[in-house]
Amino acid sequence: MKDVYLAIVLAPLAGAIIAGLGGRFIGRSGAHWVTIIGVGISSVLSLFAWKHLMFDGGEVYNAEIYTWLKLGDLKFSVGFLVDQLSVTMMLVVSFVSWMIHIYTIGYMRDDPGYQRFFSYISLFTFAMLMLVMSNNFVQLFFGWEAVGLVSYLLIGFWFKRESAIFASLKAFIVNRIGDFGFLIGIAAVLMYFNSLDYMQVFSQAGTLENPTLSLIPGMEWSVLSFICICLFIGAMGKSAQVPLHVWLPDSMEGPTPISALIHAATMVTAGIFMVARMSPLYELSETALSLILLVGAVTAFFMGLLGLVQHDIKRIIAYSTLSQLGYMTVALGASAYSVAIFHLVTHAFFKALLFLAAGSVIIALHHEQDVRRMGGLYRYMPVTWFTALIGSLALVGFPLTSGFFSKDAIIEAVHYSQLPFAGLAYAAVLAGVFITALYTFRLFFLTFHGEERMDRHTWEQLGESPGVVTFPLFMLAIPSLVIGAYLVGPMVLGDYYKDAISVSAGHAAWFNEMVSHYSGAFDILVNSWKHAPVWLALAGIFVAWLCYIRYPHWPGRIADMSAVIYRLFVRKFYFDEVYQAVFAGGARNAGNALWQWGDVRAIDGFLVNGTARAVRRFSASIRTLQTGYLYHYAFAMIIGLLLLLAVFVHQLM
Amino acid sequence: MFQSLPLLSLLIWAPILGGIFVLLVGSRQRESSKLFALVVSSLVFLLSTLLYFRFDTTSVLMQFVEYSVWIDTFNINYHLGVDGISVPLILLTTFTTVLVVIACWVVIETRLSQYLAAFLILEGLMIGVFVSLDAILFYFFWEAMLIPMFLIIGVWGGPGRIYATIKFFLYTFLGSVFMLVALLYLYSKMGSFYIFDLYRLPLSLAEQKWIFIAFLLAFAVKIPMWPVHTWLPDAHVEAPTGGSVILAAILLKMGGYGFIRFSLPITPDAGAAMAGFMIVLSLIAIVYIGFVALVQQDMKKLIAYSSVSHMGFVTLGFFIVFSIMEQAGSNADAVMGLAGAMMQMVSHGLISAALFLCVGVMYDRVHSRQIADYGGVANTMPVFASFMMLFAMANAGLPGTSGFVGEFLVILSSFRANAWIAVIAATVLILGAAYTLWMYKRVIFGDVANEKVAGLQDVSPRETSFLLLLAVAVLLLGLWPAPLFELMETTLNQLVEHISQSKVT
Repeated sequence: MKDVYLAIVLAPLAGAIIAGLGGRFIGRSGAHWVTIIGVGISSVLSLFAWKHLMFDGGEVYNAEIYTWLKLGDLKFSVGFLVDQLSVTMMLVVSFVSWMIHIYTIGYMRDDPGYQRFFSYISLFTFAMLMLVMSNNFVQLFFGWEAVGLVSYLLIGFWFKRESAIFASLKAFIVNRIGDFGFLIGIAAVLMYFNSLDYMQVFSQAGTLENPTLSLIPGMEWSVLSFICICLFIGAMGKSAQVPLHVWLPDSMEGPTPISALIHAATMVTAGIFMVARMSPLYELSETALSLILLVGAVTAFFMGLLGLVQHDIKRIIAYSTLSQLGYMTVALGASAYSVAIFHLVTHAFFKALLFLAAGSVIIALHHEQDVRRMGGLYRYMPVTWFTALIGSLALVGFPLTSGFFSKDAIIEAVHYSQLPFAGLAYAAVLAGVFITALYTFRLFFLTFHGEERMDRHTWEQLGESPGVVTFPLFMLAIPSLVIGAYLVGPMVLGDYYKDAISVSAGHAAWFNEMVSHYSGAFDILVNSWKHAPVWLALAGIFVAWLCYIRYPHWPGRIADMSAVIYRLFVRKFYFDEVYQAVFAGGARNAGNALWQWGDVRAIDGFLVNGTARAVRRFSASIRTLQTGYLYHYAFAMIIGLLLLLAVFVHQLM
Repeated sequence: MFQSLPLLSLLIWAPILGGIFVLLVGSRQRESSKLFALVVSSLVFLLSTLLYFRFDTTSVLMQFVEYSVWIDTFNINYHLGVDGISVPLILLTTFTTVLVVIACWVVIETRLSQYLAAFLILEGLMIGVFVSLDAILFYFFWEAMLIPMFLIIGVWGGPGRIYATIKFFLYTFLGSVFMLVALLYLYSKMGSFYIFDLYRLPLSLAEQKWIFIAFLLAFAVKIPMWPVHTWLPDAHVEAPTGGSVILAAILLKMGGYGFIRFSLPITPDAGAAMAGFMIVLSLIAIVYIGFVALVQQDMKKLIAYSSVSHMGFVTLGFFIVFSIMEQAGSNADAVMGLAGAMMQMVSHGLISAALFLCVGVMYDRVHSRQIADYGGVANTMPVFASFMMLFAMANAGLPGTSGFVGEFLVILSSFRANAWIAVIAATVLILGAAYTLWMYKRVIFGDVANEKVAGLQDVSPRETSFLLLLAVAVLLLGLWPAPLFELMETTLNQLVEHISQSKVT
């Protein structure tokens, strides 16, 4: 199987290299063919690997590909761990990426950077696959930073736009803050486990439950909690959890296909995947799990609120992504790793679908993204309307859709969690269901229904997008609809992950409860009306209908009545302003202060120029000796050198 | 056929003689002197690769040794040899020199042959520093090296070159004098200048401390460490592109080489005693200079400050070793710090060379180094922008590039000494990305900022050639650093073994 796994990773890389370096020679269609074929190979082989592992009784693969670096007994290598968890990720990543490659043909049709774009998204697919298939921390970090690089390149893809290049820089640096924590976590792993290989680390995890380390004198921290929290800081950066979430809304400056691929379906879920992958470590630290619960709950609730007041179609979906990532994080905190990954999978499909549908709308409206200038589009774009409806229902958690099963499972899991903050998290995810429904259908109604608010010129040219755009919409709509019902049995109630995820007996209450209540997807479905989430979702949709279809003047009035809160939401809780002033401004001020006062005045002014003044006086007196001939200087120096040497040697004798 | 070749002597003297030849005949033969310099430097590079291929990585002994008596009275000998520490640095030197020769090909208009000659001679002298096993021979090359560098900045430099050269010269020369005193003192005790004799010399802690400080003054200025770094930005700003490249890529490494060749093994007890101090200075360099780099308006200054910050990892890696040995008592862990520091030297050599060449490429067209004079270069120079992106990312320590490996290992190993050291050092992840990519954003991205940028021509084949060579090297070392570590490992193990033994009598 080694060759298959190698091919899965290398096919997109080859596509990226050919399209990137040879883009000029193979032309536009050459670039999209070579990358689509590359990612297609990955996709098909991932499906094969999945089948091999899940149905054909194939073995989990864990082996080294090559030795990256070796020092004494310490060996860092590049290698693959393909188990139930990674193969699931591989399948999602390569399939969504494949669809988005096809979609891009339509979306980027007129862009001069066509080949470059295909090269980047193919490179991204490579990096993301390296990340999920890694069997060690070094390669994980490589993939982790490499996806960050491609994300940076793609957010700033339209590099002439100031807002885009600002957003890309911001994204990279905020992610680097997370990576900073991540790297410290890796350093701690190496110190305490003497290895960076997953299996070796996990097998020793139990021995480290008690040791402590002390960073601040008098405060003893559990080593495992320290490691888990540091690694989670990395996840907070990549998966955009509060307070490191600020880069994700701005990342919408990038072209829509990558908003779907990178900033919704795959890269931003890397943090979720990582924590699930490290479940043997996290299970031993309730401190870390509680923190994860809290961060996830805050993100899920508050970021959802911000989605209510945005006007940019992509930013609304971006805040929704933040909120849904918060849901996944909450699931991780409740030790429901399998549920988190389940939601990751369903979310990847329906959120990619929503973004691509939004992209289809944006194409039709000639790059108009403000929902206040949309409306009534269902008449002109039936396919987009229909698929967007499926995506919206899935996001809301409408019964039968994929999002229904995964979101419900999260809420149930949190319900049974015993950790501190579990009650708070439960309240947050429940309230979040209503908010999700409200902002999702606000978006849906404003875009596709109600009054047609676009200008006349745009209106005249309205029409459905071409086949390369609608085909991926369909391809994503199908799993958005059915994959939840298909997977909920094995993934949540069954033993889908085998040993890839471990949950300690003390944290498995949610699992036991769910297995005792439900026997399968159908069971969950028919019992759904007994639980609050479904009603909350329906209430949200109803309120959205009231506000945006029935009584469109309501939202404005509500905003006027609650001006303070509205303003707080519009300013996004002032995170950006504070960060800009404190961190960006603070760093510049610190730099200037250190430079002007430290280097220029203290060191140069006081220490050096004292000497330099003496030199100047000295040189003034010997100016007459200056001839302007190089060799005179050189010669004088050598003579001086020898003289000096002679004096010392003489003294020595 | 190469077995009997005095390879090291050839590496020193071939470029020097070549340089002298160019100097003598070159001024009349502009074109052929260029070609000659390229041939010489390329041949020297090819010769130096023999060091790698014929190097016995299992041996702890010096290899390719040459010995003949020079000044019998003082027991000063022409004694050459290499180990796993010097070979990577020699390869870096010969590789960079080829690039510099290509880089000045059409750019330098005045006295091209002298310029080329200066670089060839400088190459020989630098290799001399790395292969000398006799302290006086080392000192000779060490000081002689200053002369061509001084001339390169002083003759082909910018308007403020006189101030810069004097600052450069005074700083480095004053430092070296103390080193000479220390060497002479060691000679007076040992009666030998052979470096490995000095390794064996027992010394009291007080003696060691004095010697350590004397060495420190020489090496700290060269590398340069905070607070004796202020000559570097000035020197870089005034130096021509080739001068900056050699300065950043090789001359700074002299300081690091000095530490690992002299300070650590000759005065290990003083090193252990002063390790805390050295670590603090290194951390200050990493963080303080990181902030200073952030606000620079001049690209060359920014890269110069970035160099100081990155070289902080070299000194950190060297001196963390003592801390680790004290805490963990394990030599194996200490080797990681040293190896990381060595890797950082090689990698920084490549990346800083690449960045200075990138600035040079733009400077040749626009004649400005000010960030504010640029903007939107990617519009007119897309190929160049891609290259510079790679090098900027390497400078920011992106995994997969060489810039990651050294910093990664130093951070990992310093966590073993003290978690706080690792935490402070790891801020480079944020600061390095911030200053590098912010500069990149302002220079390369954005809409075309002015007429000059609008009229830019993308890189020529000549420019592509040196950028491509560096890109390959940066990626190769980042994706597969194992061969480099294999080359160094035995020597570094031996070194750690040596410095873990007290020399106090």
